[in-house]
Amino acid sequence: MSGSKSVRKARVARHISALPPSGIRKFFDLVSTMDEVISLGIGEPDFTTPWTIRESGIYSIERGHTSYTSNLGMLPLRREICRYLARDYHLDYHPENECIVTVGVSEALDIAIRAITEPGDEIIYTSPSFVSYPAEITMAHGVPVPVATNCKNGFAPDAAAIEKAITPKTKAVLVNFPSNPTGATLSGKALKELADVVIRHDLLLISDEIYSELTYDETHVSIATLPGMRERTIFLHGFSKAFAMTGWRIGYACAPSDLVDAMKKIHQYAIMSAPTVAQEAALEALRHGDEARETMRASYQERRDIFVGGLNQIGLDCVMPHGAFYAFPSIKRSGLSSEKFAEKLLEKEHVAVIPGSAFGPGGEGFVRCSYATGLDELEEALRRIGRFVGSLARK
Amino acid sequence: MDKLLKILSENAPIDLEKVAKATKSTVKEVTKKLKDFEKSGLYHGCTAILDDSAYDKEQVRALIEVRITPRREGGFDQVARRIAKFPEVSDLALVSGSYDLLLTVRGSSLREVANFVAAKLATIDGVLSTSTSFQLKKYKESGHMMEDDEEYERLKVCP
Ligand SMILES: Cc1ncc(COP(=O)(O)O)c(C=O)c1O
Repeated sequence: MSGSKSVRKARVARHISALPPSGIRKFFDLVSTMDEVISLGIGEPDFTTPWTIRESGIYSIERGHTSYTSNLGMLPLRREICRYLARDYHLDYHPENECIVTVGVSEALDIAIRAITEPGDEIIYTSPSFVSYPAEITMAHGVPVPVATNCKNGFAPDAAAIEKAITPKTKAVLVNFPSNPTGATLSGKALKELADVVIRHDLLLISDEIYSELTYDETHVSIATLPGMRERTIFLHGFSKAFAMTGWRIGYACAPSDLVDAMKKIHQYAIMSAPTVAQEAALEALRHGDEARETMRASYQERRDIFVGGLNQIGLDCVMPHGAFYAFPSIKRSGLSSEKFAEKLLEKEHVAVIPGSAFGPGGEGFVRCSYATGLDELEEALRRIGRFVGSLARK
Repeated sequence: MDKLLKILSENAPIDLEKVAKATKSTVKEVTKKLKDFEKSGLYHGCTAILDDSAYDKEQVRALIEVRITPRREGGFDQVARRIAKFPEVSDLALVSGSYDLLLTVRGSSLREVANFVAAKLATIDGVLSTSTSFQLKKYKESGHMMEDDEEYERLKVCP
């Protein structure tokens, strides 16, 4: 009786169907149809995971370590993570109850946001940002509140602008430094001012520090080390970038135990535990990966210097990115929108970059170029971009 | 042997401009530094990494372990230097363990290498014994894998 006559309910939840399609997806589809494309659109390392880490994964499988681990992740791995954070970040977390191993920073981000967000809660994040941030907040029934950063101060967060965006519904601030897509880092005065605002308004802070090993001009300072910040910070980190382990899907979150407990609840129902083979490989990364990690970092630095120098020579103004492996040059002088610029560059010269607008407010007028690709390709890309920019100027 | 390969195997050119760029210096500075390295005995030239078997199936390489008696004056050096002079010998080192010298010998056929061992090497005064292992397949040289893993395609665009 029922069904056929009644008005059909929407099959997909409204807050999901309302999510905008990713601006990156469109370029992915375009690029897939073309030959001889040099892609500067790849947000992952161009290295394969160092052999010693891969070999540990193989060994883990050989020994038959194929079952679940504890929800929080193997204790030896959590111990090693906390030791690593103490040694390199001066952070002090307890492996027993302040650290949870996740399926990449992606999952850590998801459970951190879900653990703290009630429907209608606002979460402020600096923009342009990693594409998942606003979507993750929306999926948790929160309200994403972007605060644009500015190239004039190297895309560092503007504490005053963040403070202005705070309302009684604000629950947390979400930041990512070194930043995808700008390569900006956060230190000194800007870091302190951000911490002051968060403390003054009694907010939580989610800090995605996934690129923190990849800094080139100064050592990374975690915001959780500032006075009064540890108790209100959820620190997110992982292995994808610094150890070239994107496909292993492994990361972690560290925070005070009440927050980790809440995240663990979601994680235990939704995920159970991160992949065992990836956990054992991650353990090897922390135990014996320092040298390989440093080699990769130095290689990104070399490429950054050449590539960013080249962009500025071509006439695309680019602030020196101090971290990650992205350059975020301004294309405003071309007179094109960032999407048009990227489309035309792809069509005319077969070079793929991502329009800054795909990364949210503040991204328009810029494009993201990943320099995690071979030097020869980078140099050829520079030649092609130079030719393209020249042809625009002549018109 | 192909002329280009021969040149590469003896003294491969260096892309000075590329090196200069990578070390943030000039071609002139790099050239000067190379000269200094050469003078100090650190740098002895640059050869290409080749898999001989790929262009000539008959090419052979042999690893030869040699036991020798040290000379009263020159120790092992005198004998080792004498052996090193043969153009057939591409690498030679004094090693610890159950034999004294380890050499790599190249030849255009098995017979050529066998002849070299029997007629030249074994007859040198001071050489007590030799043990020859022919190389069957090379997997890695100077840090380079001889066979690349299958192409594994990454996503062309990702966040
Ligand atoms: C800022 C940022 N956070 C998180 C992630 C996701 O990383 P994971 O592979 O650990 O899930 C990325 C990946 O591109 C990223 O750029």
